[in-house]
Amino acid sequence: MLKNTQFSFEDGKNTSHFGHFGGRYVAETLMPLILEVEKAYFSAKKDYDFLRELKGYLCNYAGRPSPLYFAERLTDYFGGAKIYFKRDELNHTGSHKINNCLGQILLARRMGKKRIIAETGAGQHGVATATVCARFGLDCEIYMGAKDISRQQPNVFRMKLLGAKVHAVENGSATLKEAMNEALRDWVANVDDTYYLIGTAAGPHPYPSMVRDFQSVIGQELKEQILKEESRLPNYLIACVGGGSNAIGLFYPFLDDKKVKLIGVEAAGKGLDTFEHAASISGGVPGILHGNCTYLLQDNEGQIRDAHSISAGLDYPGIGPEHAWLHETKRVQYVSASDEEALKAFQLCSSLEGIIPALEPSHALSYIGKLAPSVSKDSIIVMNMCGRGDKDIFTVADALDYKI
Amino acid sequence: MGNNEYDRIKDRFLLLKKEKRKGLIPFITASDPNIDVFEEILIGLPGSGADFIEIGIPFSDPMADGPSIQLSSRRVLQKKFRLKELFQSVSKLRKTDNITPVILMGYYNPIFTFGIKEFVSRAVRAGVDALIVVDLPPEEADELYQHAINENLHLIFLIAPTTNEQRFSVILEKASGFLYYVSIKGITGTSSANMTEVKEKINFIRTKTSLPVAVGFGIKNAKQAYEFAKYSDVVVVGSAIVDIISKSIKDGEKDFTSLPSKVFSFVHTLSKEVLRSGS
Repeated sequence: MLKNTQFSFEDGKNTSHFGHFGGRYVAETLMPLILEVEKAYFSAKKDYDFLRELKGYLCNYAGRPSPLYFAERLTDYFGGAKIYFKRDELNHTGSHKINNCLGQILLARRMGKKRIIAETGAGQHGVATATVCARFGLDCEIYMGAKDISRQQPNVFRMKLLGAKVHAVENGSATLKEAMNEALRDWVANVDDTYYLIGTAAGPHPYPSMVRDFQSVIGQELKEQILKEESRLPNYLIACVGGGSNAIGLFYPFLDDKKVKLIGVEAAGKGLDTFEHAASISGGVPGILHGNCTYLLQDNEGQIRDAHSISAGLDYPGIGPEHAWLHETKRVQYVSASDEEALKAFQLCSSLEGIIPALEPSHALSYIGKLAPSVSKDSIIVMNMCGRGDKDIFTVADALDYKI
Repeated sequence: MGNNEYDRIKDRFLLLKKEKRKGLIPFITASDPNIDVFEEILIGLPGSGADFIEIGIPFSDPMADGPSIQLSSRRVLQKKFRLKELFQSVSKLRKTDNITPVILMGYYNPIFTFGIKEFVSRAVRAGVDALIVVDLPPEEADELYQHAINENLHLIFLIAPTTNEQRFSVILEKASGFLYYVSIKGITGTSSANMTEVKEKINFIRTKTSLPVAVGFGIKNAKQAYEFAKYSDVVVVGSAIVDIISKSIKDGEKDFTSLPSKVFSFVHTLSKEVLRSGS
């Protein structure tokens, strides 16, 4: 880890594989480019000026460090462990996605790339990407599933205001998986001037490691904050997992603190016993998609199944490869919460804490509702509130039969 | 050693050399538009001028493919395509033709999920000669490579316009049969290649290896096939053939009675142009 008085940066392991997961499963056209990104990233993260610049934007543009908040009324309501929220929803653009986007946009500039492409599910990563592109004056094109466009209209408009071009992807389930396919196709066709700003800790190496390093600021800040507040480390860290970037950012600085239990909450959609869920670890098997080997939802013939979740940000049939490995090595426990459970947690958090959470962390909160009452009152649970719920009010209103 | 009695790919290139001509590789997606018509086309291709046959293995997320092949994959998968049926189709071809090389092209996940060893063994037993796995660079191909070596199955690797000098040694370590030059930066069947660039790149490849060089990804018609054949050893035409099948479906053609002959006639035209380009 590179540390000085001004900032710290999680200089994580550089390996291209996590056990047998990860890797670089891409077409030859992209291989030289992927290797170039890797080289540029490894050089950047050792460069004091790069890290200082990143730190500056994280503080003064994104608003870091995000607060650590004691959720007193939810703690009382569940009647067990003390519940804290790491408030990453208070970041500029409303989610943790900006942490990674700032890191990668500085890298893209360093590499001399003029055009940025990205995929987005809920639109949070698309908005964060469009934001940094506006800030640095780079062309921005976002691929988004047509279904996600219709359920995340506010974010689509935000991206357009920020100057991005939003491409609707109609193929297949018209969600995040197809958006990523199209972004990869764009990249293959525009290798010379284009940088692909992947939003989650997945894809070909070095993306899973790089995104994790940029998101690890979450866990690092938390470590300092909780020690100040409680003079000890938490008993549990909980985060929702789609691709898993907010979760890996929260967990990574605690991996060696073996007493801290780490729990990732996947989206169980309409139930794990149906085909309509997005729980790749709980309901999937290892396979290869989008450049990496990881747990995937697929049929016996190796065809990828469509995922389902009420939360567009979790609606993806895979998971970051490091999570696959953390699951197999049993360092992280992966559980799941359904659409219905997330909806309940969404409302509970809004009414008890005055915080409207995104549907993604509502899944994590729903699991806290099961965990907190079952552990002692002096236990500490920290959940990453990785996004705010403004973007989800239409989806939630619809699910609750409320006409806006 | 393996189950392949002889090397159909090597023999075919020897024949091309002897006859002082270039070769044609038509591409079709497995079981497209249905198993019966696909098999009819497959079995008729060698007689229409196909020197090799490339069969696409449908995948739900064909990241390197353009709209034509995406569409064909999707319609085949909607009918619950299974790898087993592809092996059966190739076995049927081998009853009438035991010399035309068959190359399977696909993505890694269906192979990985089927079981790599089992896949290679079943493919070879069916009469498959080579495998192209689009999203499997040589760096990740160790396991497949071992099984392919054991069974005498050729692993064919792609060379892209972006492939630099350093990557050649990595690729050539595992490549056999021939090299496949991707003539465009992009996905299948979209833009057309720049002839000068292709010529330069293929000449460069020839300084690195004595393996034959195929060129594909941007070849849409007979004129282009002629041009590309001048600089390479074989040309691959995919999306333009798949489009004939798509059109027939779109036109609502009954039982596809005239579809095979349309495909054969197009392949024949391509073959004549490739032949014209000489040795």
